[in-house]
Amino acid sequence: MIEVKQLTKRYARTTAVDQISFSVEKGQIVGFLGPNGAGKTTTMRVLTCFLPPSAGTAKVAGFDVLEQPREVKRRIGYLPESPPLYPEMGTVEYLRFVGKLKGLSGAELDKRIDYVLGRCFISDVKTKLLGKLSKGYRQRVGLAQAIIHNPDVLILDEPTAGLDPKQINETRDLIRSLAGDHTIILSTHILPEVEQTCEQVIIINKGRLAATDSVRNLQARTRGVESLLVEIAGGDGSLEQDLVRSTLEQIPGVAQVVSKDAKDSRLIFEVQTQKGQLNRGDLARAVVGAGWDLNELRAASMSLEEIFLELTGNETPAEVKEPASEITA
Amino acid sequence: MRNIWTICRKELGTYFASPIAYLLLTMFGVVFGFFFWNALGYFVNMGMEMQMRGETMPMNLNEQIIRPLLSNVSVIGLFFIPMITMRLFAEEKRSGTIELLATSPVRDIEVILGKWFAALILYACLLLFTALNFGFLFLYGKPDWKPLAVAYLGLLLQGGLLLAIGTFISTLTKNQIIAGAATFGVCILLWVLEWVSGYESAAWATVLAYLSVITHFDSFARGVIDSKDLIFYLTGIFLGLFITARSMESLRWRS
Ligand SMILES: Nc1ncnc2c1ncn2[C@@H]1O[C@H](COP(=O)(O)OP(=O)(O)OP(=O)(O)O)[C@@H](O)[C@H]1O
Ligand SMILES: [Mg+2]
Repeated sequence: MIEVKQLTKRYARTTAVDQISFSVEKGQIVGFLGPNGAGKTTTMRVLTCFLPPSAGTAKVAGFDVLEQPREVKRRIGYLPESPPLYPEMGTVEYLRFVGKLKGLSGAELDKRIDYVLGRCFISDVKTKLLGKLSKGYRQRVGLAQAIIHNPDVLILDEPTAGLDPKQINETRDLIRSLAGDHTIILSTHILPEVEQTCEQVIIINKGRLAATDSVRNLQARTRGVESLLVEIAGGDGSLEQDLVRSTLEQIPGVAQVVSKDAKDSRLIFEVQTQKGQLNRGDLARAVVGAGWDLNELRAASMSLEEIFLELTGNETPAEVKEPASEITA
Repeated sequence: MRNIWTICRKELGTYFASPIAYLLLTMFGVVFGFFFWNALGYFVNMGMEMQMRGETMPMNLNEQIIRPLLSNVSVIGLFFIPMITMRLFAEEKRSGTIELLATSPVRDIEVILGKWFAALILYACLLLFTALNFGFLFLYGKPDWKPLAVAYLGLLLQGGLLLAIGTFISTLTKNQIIAGAATFGVCILLWVLEWVSGYESAAWATVLAYLSVITHFDSFARGVIDSKDLIFYLTGIFLGLFITARSMESLRWRS
């Protein structure tokens, strides 16, 4: 559905995107991940025909962004970094305007407006002026205008920025439910969001592609070291942390044991091993053999945050988001 | 065509949803009203004086009131044009809504025409205010309406040209004030260029005077549609909208 080849975008002095290639299949949700200034917004602007590429090609639904921009625009719904709202318009008035721009009219337009009002939870601000909406509602109206014409491809630049936790969950659910019919690319700084929402992740850093893979593969790939979380209970609460640790360390295949947590009479350890070296049965037997209870034993998957740090060379992850960056046209 | 109308409607909505339109209408109404009643008072006075002296001179509403007043309108208009056009693109660029327009399946030229038409309609509303004043003349006298209609056509054309220039300037910046000030400067310049012909008759002076937007209004004010002047305005409008389109295109390549 989306095909990007050797895409480069240079501004006057900076190269914002440097020879990026990736492709997205129909119906997939792809997370676009990278620290501030990585080039996420720039790439999205090229895909939406807002900016022309300096080199390379980008195709959406088989249409080149340079050669057939109108065909591309027809098939794309775009939520820019800051929702493109007119403060003096009412919500429905605005959706009607955008709908017409995207080529809808008549009863169909009315139907779509009703649909997105419900879908994006903005029915209660139907007649309010957009300039008077709170940040979260502005974001939702922004999302509503992106899906108003039921586009094949949705490009969402930080769709959950500024929402409250309940809203974030609802928006993620909404985005997930849109997948299937729609192909979705969303950029985000929130790593768990990618883990929860996306099937595929594209990580870029300083304009270059750092990794592109399915979320599951990526987690596995960067897990050369496997870790297991072990929760042990001693019953009477007299469990010695050091004793348990040294016991665990003697199990063949264990590289390191880190004490993670200790509450009440339970101790939690992270047991790190080389991939495929440790037999979990050995571990369980050792615990039980020592007279302790084995409450839990599970694989700890590395969080995307760690993957991210590893791939982008241990820079600070871009979790602290600067305020909406300047719009340039 | 449909897209042009969609954009135009939205722009008109913005003008009339905010105080801009009402402020301009009020200001224009007050300023022109002052000119009008001044001219009328003078005219009535002169008529009475001549009657007292027993002279009879043909009093002509068209020649003595309408024509000079219409020339005034064309100059007053210069001051209002920047206020109409300054926000057209500058505001969209500042707020980021340009990203919505530029990523929707509409042509640049449709956006430009829609905005320009909206500006022209607002300008026509201002002119309508002046027409109301002239209505009084029809109540009490018998002016010829045809030259008046021609003059209004001229005012619309002149306005259309300046609005096109203002629209172009608005694409160059995201700061409304800068767009407004620059448009104001250009409008004034296009007005005073004509003055060089007062003392200089060399070729360059003729060219400069030709570029002066106001001189081309004279024939319309007299009630004559001169094809030379008509062509001047129409070409000007076309060129203005054309460079606006080029500017919008280059925005993408430059940014
Ligand atoms: N209009 C512009 N002119 C010049 N440089 C720009 C422009 N827009 C972006 N850049 C530069 O391009 C690079 C990539 O910016 P971009 O906005 O794509 O990053 P991003 O990944 O979206 O970052 P963020 O997480 O902060 O949104 C940055 O170095 C930025 O300074
Ligand atoms: Mg960004």
